[in-house]
Amino acid sequence: MEVEAAGVEEEREMNNSVMCQLTDPEGTPLGPSMYLPQSAGPKELQQMVNKLLSNEEKLPYAFFISNHELVVQLGSYLQNNKVSVEKVLTIVYQAQAVFRIRPVTRCSSTITGHTEAVLSVAFSPDGRQLASGSGDTTVRLWDLNTQTPLFTCKGHKNWVLCIAWSPDGKHLVSGSKAGELQCWDPQTGKPSGNPLIGHKKWITGISWEPVHLNAPCRRFVSASKDGDARIWDASLRKCVMCLTGHTLAITCVKWGGDGVIYTGSQDCTIKMWETSQGKLIRELKGHGHWVNSLALSTEYVLRTGAYDHTCKQYSSPEEMKKVALERYKKTKGNGPERLVSGSDDFTMFLWEPSVSKQPKTRMTGHQQLVNHVYFSPDGQWIASASFDKSVKLWNGITGKFVAAFRGHVGPVYQISWSADSRLLLSGSKDSTLKIWDIRTQKLKQDLPGHADEVFAVDWSPDGEKVASGGRDRVLKLWMG
Amino acid sequence: MPQGDYIDLHRKRNGYRHDHFERKRKKEAREVHKRSQIAQKTLGIKGKMLTKKRYAEKALMKKTLAMHEESSSRRKVDDDVQEGAVPAYLLDRDSTTRAKVLSNTVKQKRKEKAGKWEVPLPKVRPVAEDEMFRVIRSGKRKTKQWKRMITKATFVGPSFTRKPPKYERFIRPSGLRFTKAHVTHPELKCTFNLEIIGVKKNPNGPMYTSLGVITKGTVIEVNVSELGLVTPAGKVVWGKYAQVTNNPENDGCINAVLLV
Repeated sequence: MEVEAAGVEEEREMNNSVMCQLTDPEGTPLGPSMYLPQSAGPKELQQMVNKLLSNEEKLPYAFFISNHELVVQLGSYLQNNKVSVEKVLTIVYQAQAVFRIRPVTRCSSTITGHTEAVLSVAFSPDGRQLASGSGDTTVRLWDLNTQTPLFTCKGHKNWVLCIAWSPDGKHLVSGSKAGELQCWDPQTGKPSGNPLIGHKKWITGISWEPVHLNAPCRRFVSASKDGDARIWDASLRKCVMCLTGHTLAITCVKWGGDGVIYTGSQDCTIKMWETSQGKLIRELKGHGHWVNSLALSTEYVLRTGAYDHTCKQYSSPEEMKKVALERYKKTKGNGPERLVSGSDDFTMFLWEPSVSKQPKTRMTGHQQLVNHVYFSPDGQWIASASFDKSVKLWNGITGKFVAAFRGHVGPVYQISWSADSRLLLSGSKDSTLKIWDIRTQKLKQDLPGHADEVFAVDWSPDGEKVASGGRDRVLKLWMG
Repeated sequence: MPQGDYIDLHRKRNGYRHDHFERKRKKEAREVHKRSQIAQKTLGIKGKMLTKKRYAEKALMKKTLAMHEESSSRRKVDDDVQEGAVPAYLLDRDSTTRAKVLSNTVKQKRKEKAGKWEVPLPKVRPVAEDEMFRVIRSGKRKTKQWKRMITKATFVGPSFTRKPPKYERFIRPSGLRFTKAHVTHPELKCTFNLEIIGVKKNPNGPMYTSLGVITKGTVIEVNVSELGLVTPAGKVVWGKYAQVTNNPENDGCINAVLLV
């Protein structure tokens, strides 16, 4: 009898329904508020969202109630967290990538070749080629199928500090400590022209113009320690514009999706420049010390251009431009482009630069300087690597702190996201790389093996491989 | 040199000789040849002193000429390629001292088992027992002499409790107990203040090892977690061996060198 009574009670509880309102991450509600049964779980909510959005194919979604992910049925969640049934429950849905990247687990090869420390590593936007710049003044191109060296590009006079692929994958530019830039042809490994001279001190960053603004890719901007940024034309092989204004070294430069160049500098300011005349639009002040790193919410899409996980090849520049524009619009969404800056004053600021001069949020919490900040490819998360041995995860739209990843025993130098935004990779001074899972907010995989500090990491855009290089002069390729 | 201004006075009143300036110019011109003649003719110690003086003058002249030759036209800075390449984000920062990754831990484990290490101080002066211990008289008439006090530095560990004083044979005075050691990394040449975990081997004998006595040449285990070392397998290293290089009872501190 008692068992029956208990059973009946349970049924009654299960039949209760909750008033819910589905909203998207930016806050706009989807559909009216409705009664949902408590037995509804993430699967049922997913079906509902797909129907309301009238998606043709069923896309996966993740659901968050006040920043905690919903993994169980609504009923159990309510009971655990004692949420009142009287108020309307706001459920935020987030689109997840359709494809899922497997985490890399093993080092598939260790390729020697450089005679000095490897300073920067970059995959091409289609994920087929890999380039690395090193302190032995060469840029090397590596063959990913056989995992052996392909070309050695000699020509720089001092350490190669930065390399950047054009978003259509046709050009590779590298900047050195002597202040010169060199353009290379990735198919042959030969320099395309003479070195571009103009900067007086070393190059700190290079960024290409997005392909949806101008295809085929011609212009790129380079930042230097001497305080100015220069816009170069790769086909004319000369400097088109010089953006001066910063009083100290520029540490980071990014070309935004709406045609604005953002430069962060050691004089604690971030300047926005427009690209047709080279004039200063806005100055973003707020940091108390050097601005170390900048990241844009659409950065990943701008870097990969028209290529995505389907690895389709495009024949004409116009087609590329169209596809890139579509991808850009989809990632950007309805809101303005967001910018996050990490600084030596241990804090980061989230800005909406096209809207206002004031920062949107101040993200504090790190106990040492923030070295690298990176938006996830879908723009929902921000990850920050700091010298206090931790990597912190923040909400990409509001800037609120979500989780801290601890595990490294030395300062964390660089981070990289997987293309589906579910995994985060970090490389540190303690010679290990670690992969963190965003859903469980825990360490997914530890990748030891380097003999010395890891200076540069990169995850290929197709998610298959990870490349890392550091002080021990070898390039390691990791596979799933 | 004239002691007075009679020469100047004459010159003011009567002017210079008619050939004064000519003679002066020619004398100065001959000066160079005169110096060279003297330098060639002077012998002995005087000659040596003179050559030394002339050489110093020559070196100074060369330096000033080179300085003047450094033209004001700025050429493009072409530094030679230096060692120790660092990426752009580390260029303006001083890198703090860091210890390299460990060598193979398997080798280390094998060495531990054998009890032999390649240590920087292979031979140490043996310490006699009467130097190590001081006899403490006890008892009502102070005739019993079975207690000993250790006169060297010791390490006891955080959970150490004395035996009941009536039965304790070896007394370790708290003034000679140390918890930290100044450990130097032999390759980086930098010193860290690290906690001692334990005494591994005292060369004077196993009895001293078990008592925890630290003398010159003792191998101790120190806590290196603040150095941030990682093994090739990815595990974090937190203990390493170091050998003591000074006499701690004389200096009041333990200096050791890390065994890598």
